[in-house]
Amino acid sequence: MPAKAQEKQKLIDKEGKRIDGRNPDELRPIKIEVGVLSNADGSAYIEQGKCKILAGVYGPRETHPKHLALPDRALLQCRYHMAPFSVEERKSPAPSRREIELSKVIREALEPAVFLEYYPRTSIDLFIEVLQADGGTRGAAITMASLALADAGIPMKDLVVACAAGKVEGKLVLDLSDAEDKLGEADLPVAYMPTIDAVTLLQMDGNLTLEEFEQTVNMALNGCKQIYKIQKEALKAKYVALKEVAEE
Amino acid sequence: MASVMVKVKQKQIAQLIAHGKRLDGREPNDYRPIKIEVGVIEKAEGSARVKIGNTEVLVGTKVDVGEPFPDTPEEGVLTVNAELVPLASPSFETGPPDENSIELARIVDRGIRESKAIATEELCLEPGKKVIIVFIDVYVLNHDGNLIDASALAALAAIMNTKMPKYEIVNGEVKKKPGYIPLPIRNYPVPATFAKINGKMIVDPWLEEEQVMDARLTMTFDKDGNICAIQKGGIGHFTVQQILDAAKIGQQKSADIRKLVVKE
Amino acid sequence: MPVFFEKRDIVTPGDLLAEGDYFAGDNTYKEGDKLYATRLGIVDVAEKTVNVVALKAFYSPKAGDTVIGKVVELTIAGWLIDINAPQQAMLRASEIFERDYKPQRNDLPSVFDIGDLIIAKIIAYDRTRDPQLTIREPGLGKVTRGQVVEITPTKIPRVIGRKGSMISMIKEQTGCHIVLGQNGVILISGKTPENEHLAMMAIRKIEEESHTSGLTDRITEMLKKLKGSDENASKGTRETETN
Repeated sequence: MPAKAQEKQKLIDKEGKRIDGRNPDELRPIKIEVGVLSNADGSAYIEQGKCKILAGVYGPRETHPKHLALPDRALLQCRYHMAPFSVEERKSPAPSRREIELSKVIREALEPAVFLEYYPRTSIDLFIEVLQADGGTRGAAITMASLALADAGIPMKDLVVACAAGKVEGKLVLDLSDAEDKLGEADLPVAYMPTIDAVTLLQMDGNLTLEEFEQTVNMALNGCKQIYKIQKEALKAKYVALKEVAEE
Repeated sequence: MASVMVKVKQKQIAQLIAHGKRLDGREPNDYRPIKIEVGVIEKAEGSARVKIGNTEVLVGTKVDVGEPFPDTPEEGVLTVNAELVPLASPSFETGPPDENSIELARIVDRGIRESKAIATEELCLEPGKKVIIVFIDVYVLNHDGNLIDASALAALAAIMNTKMPKYEIVNGEVKKKPGYIPLPIRNYPVPATFAKINGKMIVDPWLEEEQVMDARLTMTFDKDGNICAIQKGGIGHFTVQQILDAAKIGQQKSADIRKLVVKE
Repeated sequence: MPVFFEKRDIVTPGDLLAEGDYFAGDNTYKEGDKLYATRLGIVDVAEKTVNVVALKAFYSPKAGDTVIGKVVELTIAGWLIDINAPQQAMLRASEIFERDYKPQRNDLPSVFDIGDLIIAKIIAYDRTRDPQLTIREPGLGKVTRGQVVEITPTKIPRVIGRKGSMISMIKEQTGCHIVLGQNGVILISGKTPENEHLAMMAIRKIEEESHTSGLTDRITEMLKKLKGSDENASKGTRETETN
């Protein structure tokens, strides 16, 4: 059985290195691009480890169906969806219960950042497609979605950035890969607005003492702060490059 | 559409909480009275009805034999479903489960699964072929806030109350022997739910508090006081300090409430 | 009272721009005495007001703005116009037919039909009401000829330039008539398609490089160069056509 076979393989070696060669507090390699889709009002793409995720935003625009429109603010609608080929065994394209829950918590992780009250009666529609899944898809999806919103010119309090930390073979580790997530003892994703110290998503499954919990939260927040820098640079990249060329 | 709430009342709730008081006279860290009854549905293998104030949830369990998941061939299967029954609130509608009922079911599921409350490895009849499946159905009967704690508590009481038939495999066929045995229970997960209103944290929000809350935080603790599941909800945010403080209070609240279900 | 960014720096949402006695201008917000950016853009400090000129933003309607939009729907009360804003704008039938407008008698599509482009002015807009338009001023009404370019609305001021210097230069160099919609839609009509194309190229370049300095000079240079090569190129094509 595959699960049994993997269990025998140690996830952390004697020197404290993880199965993919990382240190406990090290992120997976991250590549981010902004403005990758021409039709969407805003878009972004991320590769984080083996995660490949695309996010697109339309709006603010007229709400359809009309009765969903809110009189005092914009309606943020979010669909987190996994491509059938994104996982080992084909996933049915119909939304699963997991995808429906994730769509909700991702939306609620972004809503605190967006000035929804500026655009009553309209809707902002966010589409997240997981093209390839690895550990931490919800975190990477949130990081991308907030960039897509910024790219669409939607005013925000701060960029929302997300990262997970957890426990694997008794050790606390940052940014869990698929195997670490499945076989480890705890996974704790956090979404954060660093400038205003606001946690907008917090979930956990596994087993942690209160002391471990505090350390894991801090580790995840550290990861968030590192990704935040990459996120900002990615948003500015196109314009900085143009500015350098033009002003030469 | 959720029922519209009068603005004056919203303001009143928020202002009171800023001064550490609540509209129904509770302290910030007080739960409403909790009432637990078990074995209320005879046809179910296990059942429990939990009231927290006016919030009322009924949980029934059914036990059956089926196939295991391919990645856990030697473990029984746990399935949690939640129904926001239309008679429980004007804001509940008929139709397939919406995101709120799915989230509720998944929070209850995560608490039981991650604390390893049910010893699923003891529910295997024939590895890879036949295992025992436990269905936990959460039925919300009256919604007056904090459905999560009421549902998770009812689910815990119901699995502890569950009796399953004695199964045996005879020539590859599943047979029931006379008599019943209790479900193997190893842990007792109990959640504590917080609401943030006007920058302050309170436990066990009732409906009117939920309607003005910025955000919600549920932390589920196991019998040793370790955290086994967390879920943040709502469109607001928490500071890191608020979360760390909530963990300490939640651990205490969870231990207090556990005594109502688990009698030494 | 420190200011954390230089004028013309690129900032992103959440960047702390200033602390203390400053006013929150465009695309910024204040919490306590801290002032943050809400959009990707360029910092601009004017006296005590900190602004961010957005690099990407959609159009937010303002009463008094001239806009160019397309007719997308006919209703009993008038025309719904897509002006690239979050909400569609309404041009009331009474704007055309005045007081004796009767839906039974007057034929809306004969005036403006779906797909028509119109130049209009916003007369009212607030949180409770979608934008209302008028065409009862000189220069407004249906567009019958010309080319349309769409750019990020916040870059319209850059196309206009200081005291109109940029737009007059483009008009002069290309001989085109240009109408700027505040919603980022620009109408160009010239004597030849080549001229219109030139003006379009200039506007595209302004959009791309709006956040850089020395732009007017570079655009002038580009237009002069293109005019030269264009004349040669068009001569060339004419020759091949006759062959």
